[in-house]
Amino acid sequence: MAIGWYLTVSAIVFCIGAGGVLTRRNPLVVLLCLELMLNGANLALVAFSRMWGGEDGQVFALIVMVIAACEVTVGLGLIVAIYRRRLPVDVDELGELQG
Amino acid sequence: MSAVIFFIAAIGAITGAIGVVAMRNPFYSVLMLIVHLVCLAALYMLLRAEFVAAAQVVVYAGAVMVLYLFVVAYVGGGAQHASGPVLRVLGPLFALALAVELCIAMLGSALAGIGGKGHAYVLGFGTPREIGRLFLTTYLFPFEIASIVLLVAAVGAVVLARRRRGLEGRREGEEISVRMTRPSWTGTLAEATGIRVGPAEDTELVVSDRSRESGEGEGGW
Repeated sequence: MAIGWYLTVSAIVFCIGAGGVLTRRNPLVVLLCLELMLNGANLALVAFSRMWGGEDGQVFALIVMVIAACEVTVGLGLIVAIYRRRLPVDVDELGELQG
Repeated sequence: MSAVIFFIAAIGAITGAIGVVAMRNPFYSVLMLIVHLVCLAALYMLLRAEFVAAAQVVVYAGAVMVLYLFVVAYVGGGAQHASGPVLRVLGPLFALALAVELCIAMLGSALAGIGGKGHAYVLGFGTPREIGRLFLTTYLFPFEIASIVLLVAAVGAVVLARRRRGLEGRREGEEISVRMTRPSWTGTLAEATGIRVGPAEDTELVVSDRSRESGEGEGGW
């Protein structure tokens, strides 16, 4: 398969993730959609690494996975803290991050 | 053969992604994301990125998604109502416009390699050996930074999600159990250290004994 096909798939996945971030209100689903966007970028990186024949893009993709794991940990910690304080688990209601 | 596998994996990845956004229940969203990640790992295998595919399945679809599932099970469904009418219409429109624009930008670019099948395959491309060599030579600094960022994120998550005293409504039972004193001479730690003593007549004796033995004043502990 030509590299362009992979890039198309990555663009579609990225845009589905972006649309989900905009439309969904549950912070858990927003985090999942962020994962989708990161995965779309990862697929593009790996495809370009195949195109050039060097592993540098794959190293970049692995670093992105590490950063995604960090983001998930902190985001889920925030959601658990929000839930513990009996605040509504809804991104529209949580407009301000006050103490 | 590779074309067939590509289309199966690509359709699976895109349906998984749509399922993440479309599912009402966050639990099903997480399950759809796992489908999406496994299909993406198949695409990585087609791109000869064996190690990234393995890491994707083990770390992402395995460890991170388990974390997600636990938090979804703990928090529950949460708010089920959809967002406001403006974002509800504009969000998908924006996503569609972005997709069209990205496809035009990438497929219409002058990159000659996009139309080809990529660089000629060299034996050992994408194996853990090569990735590890790059991580420990060229990309040693980003590697170390990534590990520090992971550590900071783990500590931050523990600090954020830990149970704080005073945040939730104080329960009556806890108060009582804290205030309630045990009867004298039942072997409490306070008695052992001489802070609290038993019957009134022995008070002076015990305290002075303790302070003489340890060689410090009464407030020293």
